[in-house]
Amino acid sequence: MTQTAEATDRYVEQFDTLRETRKLEPDWLRELRREGFDYFQRMGWPIDDKRDEMWKYTDVRPVARTEFRLPNAPAVMPSSAEIAAIFPFDEGMSRLVFIDGYYSPDASRIVDADDGSILRITEAVREEETLVHGHLARYSEPGHDASVGLNTAFFGDGAFIHADGRLTAPVHLVYITSDHADPVVTYPRTLVVAGKGAEVTLIETFLSLGSRNHFTDPVTEIALGDGSSVTHYRLLLESADSYTIGHVRPCLGPDSVYKSVVYEVGSGLMRLDLEVLIEGEGAFADLRGLYVTKGKQHLDNLVSIDHAKPHGKSRLYYKGILDDESRAVFGGTVYVQPGADKTDAYQEDKNLLLSDRAEADSKPSLEIYADDVKCGHGATAGAVADEAIFYLRSRGIDEQTASRLLIKGFASEILDEIGIEPLRLFLEERTASALPRFVGAEVVA
Amino acid sequence: MTSNNSRPLLEVRDLHVSVGDNEILDGMNLSVGLGEVHAIMGPNGSGKSTFTNVVAGRPGYTIDRGDVLYEGESILGMFPDERARKGIFLAMQYPVELPGIRNREFLRTALEALREARGEVKLSVREFNKMLEEKAKAMDFDPDLMKRNVNEGFSGGEKKRNEILQLSVLDPKLALLDETDSGLDIDALKIVANGVNAFRGPDKAIVLVTHYQRILNFIKPDYVHVLIEGRIVRSGASDLAHELEAQGYEWLREPAEEAETVGATGRPS
Repeated sequence: MTQTAEATDRYVEQFDTLRETRKLEPDWLRELRREGFDYFQRMGWPIDDKRDEMWKYTDVRPVARTEFRLPNAPAVMPSSAEIAAIFPFDEGMSRLVFIDGYYSPDASRIVDADDGSILRITEAVREEETLVHGHLARYSEPGHDASVGLNTAFFGDGAFIHADGRLTAPVHLVYITSDHADPVVTYPRTLVVAGKGAEVTLIETFLSLGSRNHFTDPVTEIALGDGSSVTHYRLLLESADSYTIGHVRPCLGPDSVYKSVVYEVGSGLMRLDLEVLIEGEGAFADLRGLYVTKGKQHLDNLVSIDHAKPHGKSRLYYKGILDDESRAVFGGTVYVQPGADKTDAYQEDKNLLLSDRAEADSKPSLEIYADDVKCGHGATAGAVADEAIFYLRSRGIDEQTASRLLIKGFASEILDEIGIEPLRLFLEERTASALPRFVGAEVVA
Repeated sequence: MTSNNSRPLLEVRDLHVSVGDNEILDGMNLSVGLGEVHAIMGPNGSGKSTFTNVVAGRPGYTIDRGDVLYEGESILGMFPDERARKGIFLAMQYPVELPGIRNREFLRTALEALREARGEVKLSVREFNKMLEEKAKAMDFDPDLMKRNVNEGFSGGEKKRNEILQLSVLDPKLALLDETDSGLDIDALKIVANGVNAFRGPDKAIVLVTHYQRILNFIKPDYVHVLIEGRIVRSGASDLAHELEAQGYEWLREPAEEAETVGATGRPS
């Protein structure tokens, strides 16, 4: 292999091409973009000798070496009815749809924004400039890593949610990549600013319409003001041939509550960094995740919880169901900074291996520099499905019912916590259909 | 204590079983009639657990020769759930945890599958709960464990007790108890033994596999067999267990020929 160069030239070309359009943007935004791009040019992807401990189990060379194109225009524009058919759970919710990075007004609707605003981020830069300037790229800094750098440099559109009170309707953000002959890249960007005492429920969905390779590089920043509460569902439903490297950055103010459920069934190669900052006293982060993999999928969840202030609490429960030769990586780190006394943190990652070729690498860790804290992590050993299935069958339960019971039971510990019933049902169904060789007789329960 | 049914419930004929290249059972014979309790004793690695697992249908074993008949029918080609629906139950040495499956739901799903196979009507939720409550009480089983996921976070003793509770609820014909006594303190052992004794009856059979004689003070076997290196080398009445307790297994190890003759029937003449 001599042609192993990274496809960075393409990005330079793209950045230059966009120079003209960026002229309409405020200076501060252009500076952020420049900063992000400079970082990427300087550091590139974490591959080969730049691959450190953080990337030990995940090789992003396929991303680095593919020349992804920025779509000039959306390839298709599904109607509202078509989107509703894909997502039967979002009736009554606000919905913003982006296709190939472009906003789709037809498929979008705002149900309730009386106590805030729900805007495209490009609009928000103009209409809510002070607010956006104060928050955008403050949490996910442009020089955080290659994917955040690229997203900052290139994001076209995305969503801005600002709430001062309670947004009664959940907001569903749909980031779709349509079917393209050549590999394309999109840079979804979401910024949520929850003011004092605000309540927001957010669903971010990432979906491929085709089965061909594409790359999604999303960044989501969430600022939680005093006593605010954000519930964040993140559904990764992309094709098994796509790549995604994403960053989610919630910053929790005093007494705020951030609840997150990541559901990952799509993508061939995924890395998601969920970096939670407990920035105010008494904040609570409840992080749950379910990943369901098969074939050659490789999903890597890196979750860090940074307790910077005292009396914070965090709970993390991630679970994986792995079939075939798929691989899941879980890295969870709880940092308790000096002075963050009375922190209470717990994390647990469990995997169910349906195939002896599947592999789960789980490495929770604790770094504690404060006093009087309560921190722990649970057993990470995966249940080997064969043993459990034999156990069930030895009691008279047939094989299909046993498998279904096991998969459903395992997933339920995450899915049962979802308060939106139609969403929970949708994800239960997705989970079952993601593992077709186990779908069979209805479970009697 | 012999059954009035002439055909044995379980008949093991010249059973040879291996795992990979290791031969574990080397011509085992055993005949178990209704109403009987058989204890199979032997040192570690003699093939005791392999035997119960093979009868229950656990995958991973190669049957090299011989047969296992249940109610006169070979069961070696049957899946574990088919065997269970015919009335075979294995209380496991290491019961596994079933994350996300609550004990009560698990038992109900299993019982429904078994009742359907037996041609019995479905129990209502109320009937089931009442029955379960009674059985759990009789076993001194913490009712909270019913709401928990199967075996998850259970102590060793709770797991074993859960196995015997399942035996009591599912009410099979043939109970295979694989080292149910291991890791139990004396109080837990008594509770488990009471559960097994309550199950005992003229239309049931029990094969109890153990390393130690202790449990046999509470569950008195009709027959004791000594399994060494994959064969039954000695069979006798319950006093054989005391002899083993006093003398260990070494004295039974040698003469291959005697083993052949005694082991051929698997029962004392």
